[in-house]
Amino acid sequence: MKSVVVRFPGSNCDEDMYYALQDLGLNPSFVSAQSDVSLDEFDAIFLPGGFSYGDYLRTGAIARFSPIMQAVQAAANDGKLVVGICNGFQILTESGLLPGQLMMNEVPGFICDETLLHIEQPESAFTNAYTTDEVLIPVAHADGRYYADAQTLADLEANGQIIFKYTSNLNGSEDMIAGITNKQGNVLGMMPHPERAVDPLIGNRDGQNFFKSILATFATQGVN
Amino acid sequence: MTMYLAKIKVTYKPSVLDPQGEVIKSALHRLDYETVNQVIQGKYFEVKLAADSIEAANGLVESMTEALLINQNTETYNYTVEEVEA
Amino acid sequence: MVEMVSNPMANEPNPTDIQKTKLYEAWGLTEHEYDLIVDELGRLPNYTETGLFSAMWSEHCSYKKSKPVLRTFWSKNERVLQGPGEGAGILDIGDNQAVVFKAESHNHPSAVEPYEGAATGVGGILRDIFSMGAQPIAVLDSLQFGDVTSKQTQRLIDGVVAGIAGYGNAIGIPTVGGAMNFDATYQHNPLVNVMAVGLLNQDLLHVGKAEGAGNVVLYVGATTGRDGIQGATFASAEFDSSEDQNRSAVQVGDPFMEKLVMDATIKAIQQYGDVIVGVQDMGAAGLVSSTAEMADKAGMGMVLDLDQVPQREQNMTPYELMLSESQERMILVVKKGHEDAVKQIFTDADLNAVVIGEVTDDKKYQLTFDGATVADVPVDFLTSAPKVELPQTEPARLVTATTAQYQPEVNDANAVLKQLLAQPTIASKAALYRHFDCSVRADTVIKPGGDAAVVRVRGTKKALAMTTDINSRYTYLNPFIGGQWAILEAAQNIVATGAEPIGITDCLNFGNPDDPEIYYELAQSVAGINEVAQVINTPVISGNVSLYNETDGTAIYPTPMVGMVGLHMSTDDITTIQAKQAGDIVYLVGELKAQFNGSEIQHMQTGSVSGDLFPINVDHAQAVQAKVLEAAQSHYVRSMHDVAEGGLGVALAEILFGTPFGADVTVATDMVNIFAEAPSMIIVTVAPEQQAMFEALMGADATKLGEITEAPMLKIAAQNQKMNLSVSDAESVYKDSLWQQLQ
Repeated sequence: MKSVVVRFPGSNCDEDMYYALQDLGLNPSFVSAQSDVSLDEFDAIFLPGGFSYGDYLRTGAIARFSPIMQAVQAAANDGKLVVGICNGFQILTESGLLPGQLMMNEVPGFICDETLLHIEQPESAFTNAYTTDEVLIPVAHADGRYYADAQTLADLEANGQIIFKYTSNLNGSEDMIAGITNKQGNVLGMMPHPERAVDPLIGNRDGQNFFKSILATFATQGVN
Repeated sequence: MTMYLAKIKVTYKPSVLDPQGEVIKSALHRLDYETVNQVIQGKYFEVKLAADSIEAANGLVESMTEALLINQNTETYNYTVEEVEA
Repeated sequence: MVEMVSNPMANEPNPTDIQKTKLYEAWGLTEHEYDLIVDELGRLPNYTETGLFSAMWSEHCSYKKSKPVLRTFWSKNERVLQGPGEGAGILDIGDNQAVVFKAESHNHPSAVEPYEGAATGVGGILRDIFSMGAQPIAVLDSLQFGDVTSKQTQRLIDGVVAGIAGYGNAIGIPTVGGAMNFDATYQHNPLVNVMAVGLLNQDLLHVGKAEGAGNVVLYVGATTGRDGIQGATFASAEFDSSEDQNRSAVQVGDPFMEKLVMDATIKAIQQYGDVIVGVQDMGAAGLVSSTAEMADKAGMGMVLDLDQVPQREQNMTPYELMLSESQERMILVVKKGHEDAVKQIFTDADLNAVVIGEVTDDKKYQLTFDGATVADVPVDFLTSAPKVELPQTEPARLVTATTAQYQPEVNDANAVLKQLLAQPTIASKAALYRHFDCSVRADTVIKPGGDAAVVRVRGTKKALAMTTDINSRYTYLNPFIGGQWAILEAAQNIVATGAEPIGITDCLNFGNPDDPEIYYELAQSVAGINEVAQVINTPVISGNVSLYNETDGTAIYPTPMVGMVGLHMSTDDITTIQAKQAGDIVYLVGELKAQFNGSEIQHMQTGSVSGDLFPINVDHAQAVQAKVLEAAQSHYVRSMHDVAEGGLGVALAEILFGTPFGADVTVATDMVNIFAEAPSMIIVTVAPEQQAMFEALMGADATKLGEITEAPMLKIAAQNQKMNLSVSDAESVYKDSLWQQLQ
């Protein structure tokens, strides 16, 4: 399988993501968000954390218009796996690939911590390798409060699109939502950072199975 | 084409939590401005643009605001447009 | 409409006016210095030139007052690749890699505008690191605030913490540690010292020189505005709390711009290192300081065409362009003919990259503007402020002080320990550190809360330990011993993680050096640091000086902040503070000495500190540290924790926090002594199977105190009293106190 990390100007978890993908055998490359290229050769696309375009205006609002996003949209439509972590999640909601919006934390201020997540959909493309219901994953964000209107929230729940929930609501998200997919289940956005939790030396490897799930999904579904 | 100045104010929709507004409100209460009842923090933009007419300018302002300046899930806006010297 | 000013310089005073009105004095130049300039030039300096000298001869840029002391620093050993005098110092860590680090103060800007002051402090120190070609890997902050319960302090904490978070988190360099202390001495003059650490491939080692006539001067990064003009002069003056006018001197930072500049600069040095002869951050005194220093170091001259400088505002004068401290700007000197290739890297990232001048061989510093020469002065003269030898006098409080010790009252040791854990200097800072991204880059092995932070070096078995330390109550009571203690404390913190201390940087924060007593404090503190630096083999490779930390004539306590870096040759040696297993044996390494002068308990019980400090046996301290390090590297230890503020009692509680364990220990002394503060104490826990080897190595330097227990109680038996405290009670006091006091 081949994966790619999209680097936006201001991305700062791009290398962390690259190393995690490399360590877990997802064979990553980088692509610049400023380039207008095809992503056809890749099986999974990762939008990393950071502060794309300074997060000026709103988080993800400007990144949404970067040239690469057309190819990201096309990949999502083709059913490829598209993953947005933190700022990547914000970009996916701003661009309409995922519903809702990420807003300023309920108590304003950046939160850097580790938080327990409950896995809501253990069979999803992103969680199937986990053997426990709860995982401890780092968080690092100031704008992580998931917001959507009541109808959208009801749809997310009904369609099984909520993948991760916080076990204690650290940022004020609606329904404790930490990560969701689109209706088709191939586009995922989440605020916590599994790529920071793959190496025991750093103190936590609960993120490993996130990437192993993606590998397993690819192994069973093959290339589109 | 004529030059116009648009002044655009963006705020959260009424039901959406504005954490900064809440923090500012409690800070004002701590500073003894006890009668403060509500604080809304928003964004303000000034955009200079050329257009054929004020109607055309209005149209451009609305479309650019909805395309980029606001997120329609949570934000709303109002604006004024006036003619200015180039 | 406003009429366009055809010549923005038209309103500037002419040279004769400057002389007559002594305008230069308002800019910080003395009459004597002005006369020297007139003599050297053989004419009166114009407005622009007077501005150049006022900035370059400020203490902030020239260190003219502190240099006689700074020159004494020991800064050479087998690891040193670059000592003081460049953007940052560099040490060899093997495998053709090097660690680059420096600390810098941003005290005055942070006092005036805490958010931007702290944010641009982070931005500035990072530029010092990446201007050497190094990838920044970590930031630490040493923060000193006044009374934690005052609204003024709370406003400062909010702003400084948000500023560090706002800049550091966005640029994506983890904030891994530092310190936050509180004392009334900083009420009107908080200290914001920032240290940054980077990693460098030794093939890319670069220094800020402008060699080779004809080579081009390339300006990259943000545009130049009127912000921060005369910032260097501002930093070299005392505060007068009745004046608000200094506000204009604060700059606004843009971490997004800096991220682009950082990535492009590192990329340029990697790809074109052979044709980039010099790189320098535009920091204090902006364009003039960066370019003049590079020209001087190479023994060259320089001519700059100011019309080429990218400008954010209209009608800027040469004076404004040269002295602006707009952020996120760098100067590169590139071999002639290669400028287009280097420029391309920056323009690809949508950054300005403009040739603004060239290196000359006439040793002159010349500026042209609108077709005319607006400054023409000798480079070496501009960069060599006349040295100032200042008198020293031992302060009266030191002359009369004795080492007779304060005797604390400890009737209920449980209550005293809890009260100490609630002191803002001791209590957990986690609620504030939570705002800093400590784990971005995914290399942080020991996060804030340990004795020192540890960051692994990806692709190797190595890791780097780093810490900042200073207890200014000690330096206030005895500047020399306090200086020794600061560096020993830093080394203890490094060793407690299992790393070997390899070098230091410093921020020397003092009052007005023209006061002989302040100058004495400066000289003595430096002497203390320097003595220990040589004994423990940690050269002083970089640093900065922040003087004039006074408000309305009252100086802060002498605060020579020490930043230290240590090296783990193997990540297997990394040791943390928490107890690991019930049944492990608890040892105290070092001597439990009844020293209370300057201690937290003295401050807590009397509201101030007084008395002299006991002399430190530095050689013995070094020998003990070396043995502790050997014990860690031999994997004889399970955990280690340095004993600092609040003494053994607080440190024993801290090793239990965050664990399910308790401890049962006995001290062969009076209970009061568990709150004593003396250098060179470390608590070590050892597995029973390692006991014999550990004891054989440590000999008389380790005392067995007791063991880690399954029952989560801290039990301490002293000769006269017993303590029995629930660890969770103690932990909630430790965790919640600072937060409660900030509300």
